[in-house]
Amino acid sequence: MEELNFGATAWMLTSASLVLLMTPGLALFYGGMTRSKSVLNMMMMSFGAMGVIGVIYVLWGWSMSYGADVGGIFGNPFDQFGLVGTIYDENGEFLIDSFGVPGIVGVAFQVTFAIITTALISGAIADRTKFSSWMVFVAIWVTLAYFPMAHMVWGGGLLSGDGPFASIAAPIDFAGGTVVHINAGVAGLVLALIIGKRKGFGTDPMRPHNLPLVMLGAALLWFGWFGFNAGSAFTADGTAGLAWVNTTSATAAAMLGWLLTERIKYGKGTSLGAASGVVAGLVAITPAAGALNPVTSIALGAIAGVLCALAVGLKHRFGYDDSLDVVGVHLVGGLVGTVLIGVFATDTGLIFGGGLNQLVVQVIIALVAIVFSGVITAVIGLAIKATMGWRVPEEDEVRGIDLSEHAETAYEEINS
Amino acid sequence: MKLITAVIQPHKLDEVKSALEAAGVRGMTVSEASGYGRQKGHTEVYRGAEYTVDLVPKVRVEVLVEDGDATTLAGVVVSAAQSGKIGDGKVWVSPVEDVIRVRTGASGPDAL
Repeated sequence: MEELNFGATAWMLTSASLVLLMTPGLALFYGGMTRSKSVLNMMMMSFGAMGVIGVIYVLWGWSMSYGADVGGIFGNPFDQFGLVGTIYDENGEFLIDSFGVPGIVGVAFQVTFAIITTALISGAIADRTKFSSWMVFVAIWVTLAYFPMAHMVWGGGLLSGDGPFASIAAPIDFAGGTVVHINAGVAGLVLALIIGKRKGFGTDPMRPHNLPLVMLGAALLWFGWFGFNAGSAFTADGTAGLAWVNTTSATAAAMLGWLLTERIKYGKGTSLGAASGVVAGLVAITPAAGALNPVTSIALGAIAGVLCALAVGLKHRFGYDDSLDVVGVHLVGGLVGTVLIGVFATDTGLIFGGGLNQLVVQVIIALVAIVFSGVITAVIGLAIKATMGWRVPEEDEVRGIDLSEHAETAYEEINS
Repeated sequence: MKLITAVIQPHKLDEVKSALEAAGVRGMTVSEASGYGRQKGHTEVYRGAEYTVDLVPKVRVEVLVEDGDATTLAGVVVSAAQSGKIGDGKVWVSPVEDVIRVRTGASGPDAL
């Protein structure tokens, strides 16, 4: 029986609360970027994820992520269904993990990750998706895509330090480059392709209707991300401090990288670019926050800021309507962070003489994450398309999805 | 009676208002408007996607005046609103059949 560590427990409860705040932050970030006729629906997709996953997680989410292993892919949902066996030992005392943190606090921390990851996908399918279909998708996707991925990477499965690839080098995903960002980014791309473009995509102006909301959302995401990354140390120690500083130096550099790219390409640095750069940096440093030093974090952030700023243009070139750039920011940022760990990791990275092994294993886990998320999401997405359908009627999409799906409008007058 | 309608640059509103007050005008209606003329719109860039915004913000000023004052007051508005650049706006004068003051029910020039 481990001894309770009050400092670590206090920090983990704080971190869990910070990460939970990220999802309403995401709702603001995404909501401000939509047109004024669909802001409520956009925000409701995030809040809906909080509702569905907040319930599912305590029922079978934790058990599928951290319960008894099934083939290295997922945990047995019935092993700790309803958190039976997660909270107390046989004497009725709280179970304490190796960091001196009660197991139930670990559940608090992890549920917030499941929520934000699934909510991230909603940005790819803004303005046109039936709310009922989204809610069903959330329940199925988090069960079949998120929990298994969390198990594979963090729960002792295939992509963890206990998996088959660990013989090359132990895979590093500190806070969720594969589980969260590649997973959500691929899912966003697949759904955008299955659901199709918004009416008027590429021809009608679809300007963000409220950039101050976007800025506020980005600020809340940055703030909450300290729980995400520094909390992923699982205790209040030097690694948590390192993750905090790396998170900030990478994010700052990514914002500058995005702004500089815009300045060169379009002549101006924009507020949307600054907010987007912040998120790109946060995404990229997520898997790497514990493995880099603050200076290599600057390099990683700057690369992510520039590449994501360029990547958001891909949807126009290839004609898929990833409305709010889940692919350009989360998939590309997640890939940059996950793969470049192999270059920048302080112990095992290429530039520190660690050879290619870490880089190879990072590429492998990124590819597995892409394929796994892509296949699972395609199956779920096509099944929903064939049964419930994804799209609201065209006239509702034109009139505004807030009105048709929620019987509300955000503002007195609808301008666009 | 005539209605003077002026669609002007928003930042010129204060000058137009002061000039009309100095010329003896005792009331006006001001509303936010959007539109374009020869100025056309401007370009905005969001995450690299360029949008031409053709409807730009303007202010619409409406003043009811007596027939004899219309030409002079329209001139007052034009000189106050003028910067000489494209996008300054337009002023037009149209005939008004009748005007009724809601409080008293008085109509015609007495209602101005």
